[in-house]
Amino acid sequence: MRNVQAFLTMYSIIVLMASCRQDVIVWPSESETAGNAEHGPVTGFYLLNEGNMGSNKCTLDYYDYTNATYTRNIYGNANPDVVKELGDVGNDLQIYGSKLWAVINCSNKVEVMDAATATRIGQIEIPNCRYIAFDGPYAYITSYAGPVQIDDNYKQLGYVARVDTATLQITDKCLVGYQPDGIAILDGYAYVCNSGGYMVNNYETTVSVVNLSSMTEERRIPVAVNLQYAVADRFGQLWVSSRGDYYDAPASLYWIDRPGSSAIVNELTSPAGGHVAASAMTLCGDSLYIVGTEFSYVTQETTMTYGIVNVRTHSLVSTNFITDGTDSRIRRPYSVAVNPDNGQMLVADARDYVNPGRLYCFSPDGVRLWDVRTGDIPAHFVFMRRQ
Amino acid sequence: MKVLELFIIVLGIPLLAFPQERDSVIINSDMHEVTVYGRQRDEIVPSQRLSGERLESLRSHSVADALRYFSGVQIKDYGGVGGLKTVDVRSMGTNHMGVFYDGIQLGNAQNGLVDLGRFSMENIEEIALYNGQKAQIFQPARDFGTSGSVYIRTRRPRFDESKRYNVRAVLKGGSFGQISPTIVWEQKWNKRISTSLSADYTGADGKYKFRYRRVLPSGTVAWDTTAVRQNGDLCSFRIEGAVFGNTDDGTWNAKVYYYDSNRGIPGAIVNNVWRFAQRQWDRNFFVQGSWIKHVSQRYKFQVAGKYANDWMRYLNPDETTMLLDNRFRQNELYLSTAHNIELLPRWELNVSADYQYNRLNANLANFVYPSRHTLLVAVATQYQFWRFRVMASLLGTNVWDRTTVVQSKVRDALSRWTPAVYISCNPIKDNTDLSLRFFYKKIFRLPTFNDLYYTEVGNTSLKPENTQQLDFGLIYQHDWKRGVFRHLEFKTDWYCSKVDNKIIAVPRGSGQYRWMMMNVGKVRILGVETTAQTVMRWCRDWSMVLCANYTYQSAQDRTDPTDNDPYYGTYGGQIAYIPWHSGSATANLKWKQLSLNYAFVYVGERYHASSNIRENYEQPWYTHDLSIGYTFRRFTFTLECNNVFDQQYDVVPNYPMPGRNWKGSIRVEL
Repeated sequence: MRNVQAFLTMYSIIVLMASCRQDVIVWPSESETAGNAEHGPVTGFYLLNEGNMGSNKCTLDYYDYTNATYTRNIYGNANPDVVKELGDVGNDLQIYGSKLWAVINCSNKVEVMDAATATRIGQIEIPNCRYIAFDGPYAYITSYAGPVQIDDNYKQLGYVARVDTATLQITDKCLVGYQPDGIAILDGYAYVCNSGGYMVNNYETTVSVVNLSSMTEERRIPVAVNLQYAVADRFGQLWVSSRGDYYDAPASLYWIDRPGSSAIVNELTSPAGGHVAASAMTLCGDSLYIVGTEFSYVTQETTMTYGIVNVRTHSLVSTNFITDGTDSRIRRPYSVAVNPDNGQMLVADARDYVNPGRLYCFSPDGVRLWDVRTGDIPAHFVFMRRQ
Repeated sequence: MKVLELFIIVLGIPLLAFPQERDSVIINSDMHEVTVYGRQRDEIVPSQRLSGERLESLRSHSVADALRYFSGVQIKDYGGVGGLKTVDVRSMGTNHMGVFYDGIQLGNAQNGLVDLGRFSMENIEEIALYNGQKAQIFQPARDFGTSGSVYIRTRRPRFDESKRYNVRAVLKGGSFGQISPTIVWEQKWNKRISTSLSADYTGADGKYKFRYRRVLPSGTVAWDTTAVRQNGDLCSFRIEGAVFGNTDDGTWNAKVYYYDSNRGIPGAIVNNVWRFAQRQWDRNFFVQGSWIKHVSQRYKFQVAGKYANDWMRYLNPDETTMLLDNRFRQNELYLSTAHNIELLPRWELNVSADYQYNRLNANLANFVYPSRHTLLVAVATQYQFWRFRVMASLLGTNVWDRTTVVQSKVRDALSRWTPAVYISCNPIKDNTDLSLRFFYKKIFRLPTFNDLYYTEVGNTSLKPENTQQLDFGLIYQHDWKRGVFRHLEFKTDWYCSKVDNKIIAVPRGSGQYRWMMMNVGKVRILGVETTAQTVMRWCRDWSMVLCANYTYQSAQDRTDPTDNDPYYGTYGGQIAYIPWHSGSATANLKWKQLSLNYAFVYVGERYHASSNIRENYEQPWYTHDLSIGYTFRRFTFTLECNNVFDQQYDVVPNYPMPGRNWKGSIRVEL
């Protein structure tokens, strides 16, 4: 029996030594210094990390120019009592007035926060919500989750929801095409990129033109398959990107002259005459900054583009705005933003999508100034201005 | 008592090496039913086995749950009665596991996953786990082709002298609204032929409470929420018939199997989303048979064959996500022959050849309807000399894929040879208690049809995913005829392995949901497994079996050498879901007709991505299960309580596991 005791004693010691479960703390934020402090009209920027689907790891980071500090995970600190944090797959981020709006795709909601503190003001329930734009007292949000057509293909129209920015209530809806993504507003019209992303082989090819005074779809402008983003410039042109169909049609970029009337669609070509892939784009002054990734079955390699388009001359003036070779460290350029104040370019690298991404800041001439670790899939930027 | 000291010391070594974290150990036995099967003398390296009383005590569990008691096994469990459970041995990945049912591999050419929930523990006699391969030579070529194998053997009918039939009926029920009747009928028709027929039904609403809770750094509760898991319901029906035959110089058997299920798929619990509507239907049918004949003292052969037809429907009716209604049908045809010749006394040679055909249909856009012909040839030899036994095998694999879409890309034909060497040795003269073993094995897994041809995601340029394993182990066991201790066994294995060309989903092009399979991963694994077991008897009516096992694994991601930050870099980080420390302990106490079982499972801290940062940290979890059984004449009653301390845990983040739950069963044998 002594041996039994020895065994049992040994066993209890082992069990006691075992590391045990502890209470889980609300995701704490983490800060690090990056770059040098600056005191311009732009005081900082938010970066929304999408987080992989099902991981509930959409997080919000903030960079403060005044003290050159990058802080990860600020949402948990600002809102410790929100059950299950910010949510699953952040899809868009904007500031309008004093509010910060985050579109959380797989959590079927738009989170509205105070722009200065990121504390929660409320949420708007919009299933499968995608992108957001503002005009007057309203926010316009695209959603995939319109009525389902009962047939073999389960076609499902999308819609644009109009939300009162004061009451956070949905006041109207307008059906558009299948799986609408990017939205841009120009002269009382919303231009919605229909992707048809759920319908392989039958992608959408049009931009829906929605009259905001009547909330009705007036017409459609045919552009290219599987459209993603729309950006309006100061010349009244609409820049629209197509993801391509992943087989024959490559990703490409278009501009639409006079979209409100005659709507002439032109494709932007590189100096060599090729397509220009734009996985993400941002407008700063007359320059449209694009990052693009294109996979080739032939070489099994992904080609990355870091381009600048002059929207006045419609020319690709640079195919690599990174001049110091840092692009070789970037695995998956996923998003781009340019600080309108100092011209610094921000490129978010999503890497392998399941591990933390990285944010690179470049001087206007393309030299790396600093880089930091972000959350998973860093994707959407918005700049804070001095109030 | 030297033996016990040695046992404790050796068991202690790996524990002392990692003292802060934890723990424990063991499994299993060849002790039971020795009269029927004996020790598996043909195997050079012993397996881990669950059979006899230990298996009895796990009857109400699923096959996957039973596998948790093996060392080196990690189960990825999405929770609930019908939730997916996948098995990973020694961190090499689920697809490297072969699951063999009555000697023939269960295939899934579509995604490589075998749902272990399809099999009833009531009808299973033994589950064995082999690292590398079953270390014997007389087997089909396919058995040489996996990095790790689980062999599930169903009950072969046995009859008391006077009986011609056995009937067993079981009714189980308990938490999750579960009710599950089973019936098994075994009949002896004559001296040579017996049959068995078993059927079961499982119905469950799958509902259980779960709780998530977060605190502030100060310790006050930030939020605390309890909800009921929805859409985890299951309704399944299984029927299985088998014929067993003996001839003067061999044995044969044939089996028919059908399984039909309809289940909800409980999704990830994320902010603002607490219920799901996805459903899955499965219909699996197979028929298989094998025949072994001893032609002479020196030559024997076996022939085996199988046809399987698997149908699956996945429905997503949720209007807030992409609506889907996908159907898949797979066909598999398998033929095998193996020939064993004794060249000299103690020197045997085996040659096996297998042919396999797989085909996949699906109602997906741009689908290419792939089919695959596989030809396997294995040459294996076994030699005994002095205190050594050596086995070497060489497996040749030839694979051709076809698609019905003429212009689509097909992967190139593959032809490859892979070796394995097993050596065991009894270092002490005239004593088989202590034995040392070693093995090296190089093998690969083919990309699945999904990896290669799934619309948009598939990549026909994929190469096979390679593994190499090196293992050194020792086993000490001793039996006593009297005294309290009747059997003592201690096993340890130290291994290193590597996985190259690991197939992982890599983002492609723009947009988050564009992925593609690529051969980019590399993993280096170092591990220690320790298992200890003892059987005790005292005061005539008392007996106890104690088992414990402990596994240490370091499974490092070696994919991207440039991502090498010591804190957040993925290079050198522990790969997703693999704990450094894990283990289990079981105790079965028996007094007359009363039995009491205790089981403990521990999975240590781990991360859900290779970047081992606190955002990716996963807490350890451990559960205690208790059960009590009482046999009264022909009836056996059991009552069990699982997760006694009601631990709220996730194995996979956002997939909550059940807390305390109860089960009861009544069994009658006629």
